[in-house]
Amino acid sequence: MVPIAYYLILAAILFSIGIAAFLIKRNVITIFMSIELMLNAVNLTFVAFSHMWHQVSGQIFVFFVMVVAAAEASVGLAIIIALFRVRQTLDVDQINLLKH
Amino acid sequence: MEIALFIIFGLLAVAGALNLLFQRHPINSALSLVVVMMSLAVLYWSLGAEFLAAAQVIVYAGAIMVLFVFVVMLLNAGEEDRTHGSRIAYIAGIPGAAAIFCLLSFVFLSERSHLGSTQIGGYLTSAVSNISEVSHALFTSLLLPFEVTSILILVAILGAVVLARKEL
Repeated sequence: MVPIAYYLILAAILFSIGIAAFLIKRNVITIFMSIELMLNAVNLTFVAFSHMWHQVSGQIFVFFVMVVAAAEASVGLAIIIALFRVRQTLDVDQINLLKH
Repeated sequence: MEIALFIIFGLLAVAGALNLLFQRHPINSALSLVVVMMSLAVLYWSLGAEFLAAAQVIVYAGAIMVLFVFVVMLLNAGEEDRTHGSRIAYIAGIPGAAAIFCLLSFVFLSERSHLGSTQIGGYLTSAVSNISEVSHALFTSLLLPFEVTSILILVAILGAVVLARKEL
């Protein structure tokens, strides 16, 4: 018997670490990975609430989030490859064309 | 026993996420993210979502992370430089993330009695399995969104092929 609140707090911890990694990391691939971490944390809250309400709709929402995350990962990594071809770097500090 | 399962895999997930934050090499971050996803799969299973636990292992840890590792290898990404980074990220971002965590934890802990607790081995009163429950909802009332996701995947494939071409 684990309280649902513990699962939600675990998801909040993972989400906050994801935010921190998104802001601190300088490598564009790692930034992308921290977005996946945040998506996973939200998925955990969906599954926990689905368990709490005895309904399956939360799990189906997680299924759709997984599909969208897969599509997003493929397109985002293709963008990263195209970016690397043009700029020869993965450092977000050096990808600043719009600033100048 | 269930609380032991939750503590072990919850700590594993948090440790993997912190390792993602502190490692400087993208491969190490990717592999620690695999640890997070595997332990989340165990937690999904303990919440009675067997289908999602399998999908988490197959889709996230299997497909998406392999794609990430593939791109890291392809671009030969080394350790990231120790730049100072964005100043505003450190000033506003880290306290902001901590504030979000504190707020969420406060709300969840104060509503703890209303949220209830879990029962291992599923929650369904009827004798149907989790997979048949999910598939019944997915293929009857949610058939249109399910089909639309196939179009989304198709568009994503086309977009990835177009974006990763040699001449852009």
